[in-house]
Amino acid sequence: MSQAVLEPGAAFERNMDLLRFATAGSVDDGKSTLIGRLLYDTKTIFEDQLEAVEAASASRGDEYTNLALLTDGLRAEREQGITIDVAYRYFATPRRKFIIADTPGHIQYTRNMVTGASTADLALILVDARKGLVEQSRRHAFLTSLLRVPHLVLCVNKMDLVDWDQKVFEQIADEFTAFAAKLDVPDLTIIPISALNGDNIASRSEASPWYEGPSLLHHLEHVHIASDRNLVDVRFPVQYVIRPQSTTVTDYRGYAGQVASGVLKPGDEVLVLPSGLTSTIAGIDTATGPVDQAFPPMSVTIRLNDEIDISRGDMICRPHNAPAVAQDVEAMVCWMDESAPLRVGAKYTIKHTTRTARTVVRGLQYRLDVNTLHRDDAADGLALNEIGRVRLRTTVPLLADEYRRNRTTGGFILIDESTNRTVAAGMIIEAS
Amino acid sequence: MSQTKDYRVSHLDALEAESIFVMREVMAEFERPVLLFSGGKDSIVMLRLAEKAFAPGRIPFPVMHVDTGHNFAEVLDYRDRRVAALGLNLVVASVQEAIDTGLVRELPDGTRNRIQTPVLLAAVEKYRFDALFGGARRDEEKARAKERMFSFRDEFGQWDPKNQRPELWALYNGRHHPGESIRVFPLSNWTELDIWHYIAKEQIPLPSIYYAHDREVVERGGMFYAVNEFIQLRDGESSQVRRVRYRTVGDASQTAAVLSEADTVEKVIDEVAATRITERGATRGDDKVSEAAMEDRKREGYF
Repeated sequence: MSQAVLEPGAAFERNMDLLRFATAGSVDDGKSTLIGRLLYDTKTIFEDQLEAVEAASASRGDEYTNLALLTDGLRAEREQGITIDVAYRYFATPRRKFIIADTPGHIQYTRNMVTGASTADLALILVDARKGLVEQSRRHAFLTSLLRVPHLVLCVNKMDLVDWDQKVFEQIADEFTAFAAKLDVPDLTIIPISALNGDNIASRSEASPWYEGPSLLHHLEHVHIASDRNLVDVRFPVQYVIRPQSTTVTDYRGYAGQVASGVLKPGDEVLVLPSGLTSTIAGIDTATGPVDQAFPPMSVTIRLNDEIDISRGDMICRPHNAPAVAQDVEAMVCWMDESAPLRVGAKYTIKHTTRTARTVVRGLQYRLDVNTLHRDDAADGLALNEIGRVRLRTTVPLLADEYRRNRTTGGFILIDESTNRTVAAGMIIEAS
Repeated sequence: MSQTKDYRVSHLDALEAESIFVMREVMAEFERPVLLFSGGKDSIVMLRLAEKAFAPGRIPFPVMHVDTGHNFAEVLDYRDRRVAALGLNLVVASVQEAIDTGLVRELPDGTRNRIQTPVLLAAVEKYRFDALFGGARRDEEKARAKERMFSFRDEFGQWDPKNQRPELWALYNGRHHPGESIRVFPLSNWTELDIWHYIAKEQIPLPSIYYAHDREVVERGGMFYAVNEFIQLRDGESSQVRRVRYRTVGDASQTAAVLSEADTVEKVIDEVAATRITERGATRGDDKVSEAAMEDRKREGYF
């Protein structure tokens, strides 16, 4: 095992920022080993964890300390040697704190990849250098673009097993780049690695003198994510109205929520939807005092200068930049329920920003084959892990943007009204 | 919140904003939330976040302590002072009382971690709590790494890892039938170090046992247990006075101290950043029982 290269130490800045990334790979691509390697090289793994893994590796007869065992959580998974659900991992370097949504790669778990990608700033896809791109690599790339994850990293793993052959790497890189060009992938980085040996993970490896790009960790630490936020369109979904009933605080009425996008300042003229009434911002409060501006992802409380009726599910925006107030929605949905398929004519609860409504599926335009991107117009339903374009009608208007413009005000979930299960993730294409 | 022209948000600010969002969602969508408050550092941070989420109003839900009866005096004292200062309603679910009334039976080894689960569930039923805030973090333990922010529990309070709702964006599905409940973990994405950085940043007072102090301890299996009414010396054991602090605070008969010179929050941060053993691995006898100890306890309805 190579020497860990980063000292943790208390020098960690309290002002480091946060990057969330999702990992995806097929069962044998070495994803767990890669995550184990990142945790090990950043000294996130503790001695007792490492001892447990060394003991488990020895009892399995592994020839090396199997870092993959670090991330296998539940007993059922260890017994079957698989990952059954999204697991979250944490590590930090002096520049950044990282949250990994570790999603399994099996075909039946598109659901988990979509879940992990929904909150990710970056997606990391692994392929085995010996096998090149497989169906799942393309599917993962497609889901990354569907969920509009702003940054994509392809790690070509197990380069040691192809003798660090530059041609093998370049062929895979070319093929993937050509495929990604058909998708909406704003930023793509491709890195040759060996997760097992730690090459090009924490630092550039001597094994690949021909590779001039960054190591994986260097890229994760430096990829520019601050501009991924939408700071243009002011969207503030009202979550909760704060009206203290006390003798010390009187006449306080504040609208609590998390800024979805845009920048709000005291004095700004605002439009409140769906009422259409306008006012100006009197103040933006936090528990530690007022602030002079609010932007994503801040949780704040806004006070307005006019007494207007505002409740949970309403949206504060700007008079000349507002979302659609829409009951008819066109969207891509990923079906996540195994017990029953999506059917045209079925009714569900829809949760969108802080607003909840009922909805009926008016139509299914097509089902999309996530491997070939072929559209099947004859489909009459969506089963677990299937993706399709639907038309919905809601009981009350949604205050919605296109998902491609706003991941917070463009995404929704569907809930089965009898089982209460979350059955679908939706991304709005058009709302009217 | 830092306010700069380039709209920077530190990781602590982002974590705080997420936790506050989660707490407000619960308050908006549930009838009877309750916050689990033990006087441990994670629940103390959670209480601070609740204060912030609803300011300038008061925290709009009660807090509950599942009291094993095996307490550190400093922690109980802290609990009562905090609750009084914030004007909160405290519900105590007492394991001792449950033993006395026959709801649960004392285990032969005298430990009470396992038997606190039925006591918790009985209190949930009695007060009809439908959302329970817990301070668990995903970095603590591998079964917790797969836990949701909103963790669905059936009418027996049980966790089924294969039957959890997918969580997309910040759209949390808290719907449930009567009798079912949701455990909510606003600190899911925080690590031990994040908690300590936040305690320092917010200047949050903690029970004194979190900082280095001299204490009479006995060493067992490489862990240092305080000698007190719950832990008596066995034959052949001898106690010693060592400088220690507690990294976690649980059942006083189960929680060990670590040797430490860290008597300020800054020193604790240095120590946590440099430490090479997990928090639970270093201090919790209860998690050492088997490789899947936590997974099994969660299935039974534990946090």
